[in-house]
Amino acid sequence: MKARYLVPLAIFIAMLGFLGVGLKLDPREVPSPLIDKPAPVFRLQTLDAPARQLAADEMRGQVWLLNVWASWCGGCREEHPVLVELAKTRAVPIYGLDYKDQPGDARRWLTDFGNPYTATVSDPDGRTGIEYGVYGVPETFVIDKAGVIRYKQIGPITPKALQETILPLVRKLNAA
Amino acid sequence: MLLKFLSPLLLAAMLAPAFAREAAPAAADPAAEARLMTLSSELRCLVCQNQTIADSNAELAVDLRNEIREKIQTGMSDAEIKDFMVARYGDFVLYRPPVKATTLALWVGPFLLLAVGGGVLFYNLRRRRQTVAEAELSRDDQALAESLLQPDKTKESL
Repeated sequence: MKARYLVPLAIFIAMLGFLGVGLKLDPREVPSPLIDKPAPVFRLQTLDAPARQLAADEMRGQVWLLNVWASWCGGCREEHPVLVELAKTRAVPIYGLDYKDQPGDARRWLTDFGNPYTATVSDPDGRTGIEYGVYGVPETFVIDKAGVIRYKQIGPITPKALQETILPLVRKLNAA
Repeated sequence: MLLKFLSPLLLAAMLAPAFAREAAPAAADPAAEARLMTLSSELRCLVCQNQTIADSNAELAVDLRNEIREKIQTGMSDAEIKDFMVARYGDFVLYRPPVKATTLALWVGPFLLLAVGGGVLFYNLRRRRQTVAEAELSRDDQALAESLLQPDKTKESL
């Protein structure tokens, strides 16, 4: 008889568990189908010198980060000090993809807040962003020596994500 | 007097929604536009998540509509365009996700829950019918019930 009354309680606790887990999940983080796929190719003008172009395959042979950012993006400002600090450690080269931005605004932004990027390329119409499945800046891809995407950070890189996920992965890929 | 000034403004405000229809890039081909609409109403906008690319005015949705329009013009089929989207944004962009291992719970789950619920209901109803059938009163209870159910006697006792 007693067990009968425990059933609703058990169901309630199970529901609570599901809801609790649901609260922790971020619906904005949609797993990218591009993980373990070759990074889409691009050949774009660099932000500093529009006459110079940079192609994705020029980074072959090294582990690198592709950070998608824009001067209009609030999350990027939040993330920026983390990138500046990371650049100082020279742990991994960071390349920027300036997504749907005005080059003038972007250059001013880098002057004001510091430039952690080895190079930044401009994607004024967002076409390269679409190739990379970008839907919310900032986003960061970890790309290995063979040019394969190994990880995607959606939203700002937090110091925690950097220390616990990105840097260990970079070390592992560098050792490979 | 004030109304005289305001009325043209009010009229304009009332008419505004009529003009607020989205300015579609002058597409020469109405058939292609129709295809774009059906296609983009089956694709999710990842910025606003519960809107289709057709509904959403997020910048990404506008870009993706343009991308799809171009793909239609280059002669890609609907399936090819959907594959293009899935390759970049995952199955999540499809409002009707494909049946496969990762989406099995999504497709089968509701029916499973329905079956479990139906089973529990059926079991409980059957058990209740049995308990009702078993409920026979003892002779004393029967007498008590009868005495309580007779209105005259109750009145007397009052």
